Amino acid sequence: MKGWSRPLLAITGLLLLWQLVVTGLSVPEYILPAPVAVLARLYTDAGLLWSHALVTLAEMLMALVLGVGLGLVTALCLLSCTRLRIWLLPLLLLTQAMPLFALAPLLMLWLGYGMASKVAAAVLMVFFPVTNSFYDGLRHTNRDWLDLASTLNARSRATLMLVRCPAALPSLASGLRTAVVIVPIGAVAGEWVGSSAGLGYLMMQANARLWVDLLFAALFLLALCTVALYYLTDWWLRRLISWHKPS
Amino acid sequence: MLDIHLQAASLTYGSRCVFDKLDLSLPGGHWTCMLGSSGVGKTTLIRMLAGLMADSDTVRYQGQVSCGDGKPLQGRCAWMAQQDSLLPWCSALDNVLLGERLRHGRLWCTRSALSEQRDRAMVLLQELGLADLAERLPHQLSGGQRQRVALARTLMENRPVVLMDEPFAALDAITRLRLQDMAARMLEGRTVLLITHDPLEAVRLGHQVLELRGRPARLAPPLVPPGLPPRPLDDPRLLALQGQLLAQLREDSIHNEQGLDSNDRPDIREADA
Repeated sequence: MKGWSRPLLAITGLLLLWQLVVTGLSVPEYILPAPVAVLARLYTDAGLLWSHALVTLAEMLMALVLGVGLGLVTALCLLSCTRLRIWLLPLLLLTQAMPLFALAPLLMLWLGYGMASKVAAAVLMVFFPVTNSFYDGLRHTNRDWLDLASTLNARSRATLMLVRCPAALPSLASGLRTAVVIVPIGAVAGEWVGSSAGLGYLMMQANARLWVDLLFAALFLLALCTVALYYLTDWWLRRLISWHKPS
Repeated sequence: MLDIHLQAASLTYGSRCVFDKLDLSLPGGHWTCMLGSSGVGKTTLIRMLAGLMADSDTVRYQGQVSCGDGKPLQGRCAWMAQQDSLLPWCSALDNVLLGERLRHGRLWCTRSALSEQRDRAMVLLQELGLADLAERLPHQLSGGQRQRVALARTLMENRPVVLMDEPFAALDAITRLRLQDMAARMLEGRTVLLITHDPLEAVRLGHQVLELRGRPARLAPPLVPPGLPPRPLDDPRLLALQGQLLAQLREDSIHNEQGLDSNDRPDIREADA
């Protein structure tokens, strides 16, 4: 538990400082609620918060599955078709050049008020780092391994699946870690534009009513989900590529 | 036993001619060891034989490879490089089976589908003293053990021709000697080209020893050490030959540096990768 003690200490210290500032300077609750008040909200409104958190979490997970899948396929396409690459690369950049916050209203218009538009927004966030990192990994396969495969008379598809893809995993892993951290941005931005459920929706409502403690409670829950998702992914990736020894 | 001939091989790197109209013959069933200072084009030569050269803007090459039986060499030579090239995510056994898996029709063939080859791989690992380590990943093996797995992978292919580019260079002296003995024993009867920096290795293992030198590089007449490989280390004739070759190599290397600023000596391997 040594690894956990320091961050825990830092967070506790920060909360303590926050509490001291709020009580010491008597900051009004609608500007900055005390951590104690936020904790109380987390307890009293646990059911409400949890039901909205589940919606956002579902959107995030769906977007991760779709976005990662799309990213993997795109990277493989980029690698295997030289002609396609010339057309696909600018298009990919275009999707990233347009700010998500400008696209979110459009997505709602096209995909409706429900989950689909939020998932689509989050997919837009996720798939680029995945594509980029995987494609990068695929392109930089160790030359020696490819030489070896070629002298072993390998089928090109077998080289791709058995050599290039596993070799690209460490690179893909860094893309996946990024993806997991930025996926809430897409989901919450989608919810802000228009929705009837989710932590983003709850935050908008709470903000409009100056229930800042509820806003903070929702924010806390969102951060908790993201951090948990990150550590889970990290743990899984470490196990998956335990053979990889960073130089 | 397959004779291999490389005819009229030439290589230019940028504007520099590395070698021109070079002929190389590998007698069937024999070990040919090739020495030469770095940058002289040894690696390119062996990569040409292995069919691993790719066209690029800076490197131009040509040459005709032919075999004693008139059939192409492509697909009949095994390749062993300085790095063991083991896939780090595959166990020692799976690395030995790599060729089978890469050629197999179905991509996700299980080990049971390869049971016959698997038994053969285990026999090879056993002969090389690796039976207990078959399930280990490469990073759990020592340098010598890894190179032995690579040797097992080479033997698994059962090809008549084996091309080796400094396969033992990264090992310590004792491990290197042990591996030389193993390789000499296990590759007996095959046509082998071994590129090395180490004159002792060359005179120990080679039925003939070639030296690539000069610019453009030429092959010196083959040297035939007395006796049959692997030759005993305490043979004074061997040590005398080693000394002679070392002196020659040192002279070449001094000559090279005078003729060419060491900064613009190209590394052919990197240029072509």
